[in-house]
Amino acid sequence: MNYHLDFSVLLQPQYQSMLVQGLVLTLLLTALAWSIGFGMGTVLALVRLTGSRTADASISLYVAFHRNVPMMVHILFWYFGVPEILPDSISGWLNENWGEFYLAAVAIGLVTAAYVCEDLRSAVRSIPEGQMEASRALGLGYLAAMSKVILPQAFRIAIPPLVNQTLLLFKNTSLAMVIGVAELTASGREVENLTFRTFEAYAVVTIVYLCISFLLMWGGATLSRRFGLTGRH
Amino acid sequence: MWEILQDNALLLLVGQYPNGPMGGLVATLGLAALSLILAIPCSLLLALGRVSPYKVFYYPASLVVYVVRGLPLLMFIFWAYFFVPLIIGRPVAGVTTMVVALVVYESAYLAEIIRAGIEALPRGQYEAGRALGLSYGATMRKVILPQALVNMVPSMLSQFISTVKETSLAYVIGVQELTYAANQINSVLLVKPLEVFTLLALTYFVLNMILSAGVVAVERSITRRRSARRVPATEVVIP
Repeated sequence: MNYHLDFSVLLQPQYQSMLVQGLVLTLLLTALAWSIGFGMGTVLALVRLTGSRTADASISLYVAFHRNVPMMVHILFWYFGVPEILPDSISGWLNENWGEFYLAAVAIGLVTAAYVCEDLRSAVRSIPEGQMEASRALGLGYLAAMSKVILPQAFRIAIPPLVNQTLLLFKNTSLAMVIGVAELTASGREVENLTFRTFEAYAVVTIVYLCISFLLMWGGATLSRRFGLTGRH
Repeated sequence: MWEILQDNALLLLVGQYPNGPMGGLVATLGLAALSLILAIPCSLLLALGRVSPYKVFYYPASLVVYVVRGLPLLMFIFWAYFFVPLIIGRPVAGVTTMVVALVVYESAYLAEIIRAGIEALPRGQYEAGRALGLSYGATMRKVILPQALVNMVPSMLSQFISTVKETSLAYVIGVQELTYAANQINSVLLVKPLEVFTLLALTYFVLNMILSAGVVAVERSITRRRSARRVPATEVVIP
């Protein structure tokens, strides 16, 4: 193995800015997909917990579908398939304005929503039913009881799995490179193609991913130490 | 969609085989099974390190687990793509690259499953083993692992389902599996991406639903076996 390490190539401004832009795009994608996933996941959990039979059946189908199909396939489906049925004005706009970025965020967000929904639902189930009954007896409506009494506790109980979902989501944004989003992994590949410094390019990308992942793990541990609840035990 | 399935069923099932490498659904399942089987011994070593009282084993094993948990699978695929030919000294097929990447990735996740299984056993099992004069290694081998591994079978099978989903990433490096076959169909038909990718998603969905049903069945039979073996309290005779 005769391979001379030379990181200096990567310090050239054009490669440096490619990697930084890749990192920015990864973080933006993570933020957008996270908002979609956690927003929609919460709504799905709320709807499913109403106990309506149709809601329960349709949401459990949604969850099963999104958990059993690889995220890669969801991304390909949204990128290649969905624009076909969108109105021309929207798909035209997507073509001109980073469509692949938004479609990847939607695909990743919708998959995450299925997992978030399940995590929240099992957290809510670990809260004694008396809490809901007491809130309703005090005159709060279903939504008020949920948003003021049940959900604040459910989120605190579900901190560990939700942090784990966030970490997985962050890692999974790398899949957006297959539809041409120039995020961190893609820009690492691009730099590698241009410089032929494979090891160095991958090493930099790997270290950046590790730093952010460890930051997320550490942040999650801190969150659950400060605000964590254990539910009914 | 039905027509696409009828026209391309063979491509989706076995890829170009017998005129090329085995592909499609069979390759997806084979890739997942091979990677998981190869990952089991590695994950066992990692798990033993993670529960080891000896720091020389604990720290390196923990480092590996945390690093793998912190990196996207795609990075492992690219690293394997770069490193495996360098180590072996000749170019390798995409399948080999994918298996190496999956083995490394799955080992860390499986190790955490095995560790959880070991830690879920009552501590008295370990203490009793040691009290009877077994060494640390013998206690692990003869007392702890046989129980922990049986309890872990359902989780390992669920990990198989995750692995099946992860093999879809092999498409990035041109391995001919299910996702690759669907992309081939898509580029031949050109005008029916919605149908093709819906078909692909449904294929994975049905496959994994069947596998999950299998996991539930195995889980039930393990629970049944264990409760059957438990001696009813009334039959215990105290001398």
